[in-house]
Amino acid sequence: MRQKESQRHRIRSLHIPMHAVLVAISVVMVFPFVWMLLTSLKTVTESTRMNPFSFFPQASQWVNYATVWQQNDFLQLYLNTFAMVILRVVCALLFSAMAAYAFARLHFPGKGFFFGLVLVQMMVPTQVFVIPQYLMIDGMGLRNTVFALVFPGLVSAFGTFLLRQFFMGLPRELEESARLDGCNIGQTFVRVMLPLTHSGLTALAVFTALFAFKDLIWPLVVNTNTDAATLSSALSKIGSSYSVNYPNLMAASVLAVVPMLLLYMVFQRQFIEGIATSGGKL
Amino acid sequence: MRLNLGAASAARERVSAATRNEWYWAWGMIAPTIIGLVVLNIVPIFQTMYMSFFKSGAFGKGNTYIGLENYRRLLADAQVLYATRNTLVYMVCVVLITTVLALLLAVALGGRIKGKGTYRTIYFIPMVATPAAVTLIWRWLYNYRFGLLNHMLSSLGITPVDWIDNPNAAMLSIAMVGIWSTVGYSMVLLIAGLQEIPRDYYEAAQIDGAKPVRQFLHITLPLVSPTLFFVLVTSVIAAMQVFDIVYMMIGVTSPSYDATVSLVYLFYNNSFKYSNKGYGSAIIMILLAMILLITAVQQRLQKKWVNYM
Repeated sequence: MRQKESQRHRIRSLHIPMHAVLVAISVVMVFPFVWMLLTSLKTVTESTRMNPFSFFPQASQWVNYATVWQQNDFLQLYLNTFAMVILRVVCALLFSAMAAYAFARLHFPGKGFFFGLVLVQMMVPTQVFVIPQYLMIDGMGLRNTVFALVFPGLVSAFGTFLLRQFFMGLPRELEESARLDGCNIGQTFVRVMLPLTHSGLTALAVFTALFAFKDLIWPLVVNTNTDAATLSSALSKIGSSYSVNYPNLMAASVLAVVPMLLLYMVFQRQFIEGIATSGGKL
Repeated sequence: MRLNLGAASAARERVSAATRNEWYWAWGMIAPTIIGLVVLNIVPIFQTMYMSFFKSGAFGKGNTYIGLENYRRLLADAQVLYATRNTLVYMVCVVLITTVLALLLAVALGGRIKGKGTYRTIYFIPMVATPAAVTLIWRWLYNYRFGLLNHMLSSLGITPVDWIDNPNAAMLSIAMVGIWSTVGYSMVLLIAGLQEIPRDYYEAAQIDGAKPVRQFLHITLPLVSPTLFFVLVTSVIAAMQVFDIVYMMIGVTSPSYDATVSLVYLFYNNSFKYSNKGYGSAIIMILLAMILLITAVQQRLQKKWVNYM
C-alpha cells in the first residue's frame, strides 16, 4: 500500500518537468503561425529591420490583406478550393459507400478481382497517375476548370477500403431483419446500414477534405491559369512574385491557412477521431 | 459452342433468382468505383510504363519510340542519383525522428496527465495547414538576413546559418519542416493504438514493482507494435513522395537544388517544366519500384516483430 502511494507520488512529481517539455513543444508548434500573423501586419521596412528588432507590429497594416486580396483575387481562389473539396468529399462518400457495402456484404462473381483493383490503386504512388490524368483532361479540353481539380478524386480506393472495414464490423442480424421486412438490397443499404457507419463516413469526409485541400502537384499541373488555381497552387506563384515583400507573403499565407484552421477549431473532435479511426481501420 | 451455351444456361437456371438479383445489385454498386479506378488509375499505370519508352516533345506531340534509352539516360544522369539519395535521406531522417518523437508524446499524453486533450489539439495544428503556406512561413523564419532564427542565433553570439541556400544545411531545414508538420499526425494514430492496451496489464506490472521504463519496454512497445508498424509504413510511403516542401523552399536555380531535389520534384520538372513526359515517366517508375520494394520488405519484417494480440 505504502509502495503504491510512493509510486503515485513519484509519478506526480514527474508531471512538472513533463509539462515544461510539453509546453515548450506547444510553443514550437504554434509559434510559426503567430509569427506569420505578426509579420503580415508589419510594413516591409519594419519586417526587415534588425536594429532595433521589432517583434510586434507598431501599427497593424491591415492594408496588406487588402492588397494581397485584390492582386490575387482570393474570392475566386476560395470558390475554386471549396468547390473542389466539397465535390471530392461528395464523390468519395457516395461511390465508396456503395462499393464498400457490396464488397463487405454481398456475394458476386469477380469480387476478389475487383477488390484487387482497389488494393493496387492504394499501393501505387499517386504521381504515377499524374501524366495520363493530365493528358485525359487536356484531351477533353477541360484544363483550368473545377472539374479538372476534382477529376483524380472522382472515386476513392482508400474510401472503399476504409468503409468496407466499417461495414464488416456491423452485425448481420440487422440486415436479415430488414430483408424479412421486405426491404430490397438498396433499401437495406440506405436505410439500415448507411446510418450505422456514421463515424466511418465522418472519418472519410475529414480525411478527403484535408488531403484535397493540401494537394499541390495536381492543381499546379492541370490549372495553370491564375483564376482557376486553388489556395495551395496560387501560393506557389505568390511566393515568387512577392519574393522580398514578406508582410504580403504572410498575409497571403494567413488567408490560405485560415479556412481549414477555423474548421479544425470547430470540429476538433471529428478531425482527430476521423484521422485516428481512418488509420486504425486500415 | 452450342454445348457451352447450353451449359451456361443450365448453370444460370441453377442460380436462383434471388442470387442473381444480389449479383446485379453488387455489380451496380461497385460500377462507379471500378470504372473510375480503371480509367483513372489502372490504365494510367500501364500508360506511364509505356510512355517511359518514348521521347516526347512539347505538348505531347511528336512522340518517338526510343526503347530503353530513357532508362539508359537515367543511369547516367547525376540529378537522378542526387534525387534518389535526397529522397532516401529525407525519408530516413523524417520517419525516424517523427516516429520516435510521436511515440514519446503519445505515451506522455496517454497517461493521466492534465490538459492532454489541449496538447493533442495543439500538436495536430500543423497538419491542417496547407504545406504551401507552411513552407512559406518557414522560408521566412529561415531567411538568411531578416529571418527570426538567425536573429536569435546572432543575439546569442552564434554565426547565422544560411538555412536555405547553403547546400549542407538545406536538407536539414527541409526535414525539420517535414517533422514539424507530421509529428502530430503520427502521434494521434499512436494514441489511438495505446488506448487499445488493457489497463490491467499496467496495474499488474505496478504490483510487481516494474518501473515506468520497464513497463514501456515490456508492455507498451510490444502491444502498440501493430499501430507503430502502420505508422511506419504510411510515413515511409508519404515521405518518399515528398514534393511540396522542397518545391516551395528550393528554386531550380538555388545552389541547394542538387542537395535537396526529390524524385517527385525531378519528375515534375522533367514532365511539366521541360515537357519531356517520357523521361518524367521513367523517373516516376524508379519511385514506384522503390515503394513496392519497401512495401515488400516491410511485410516481411512485420511477421518478425509485430505482435498481434
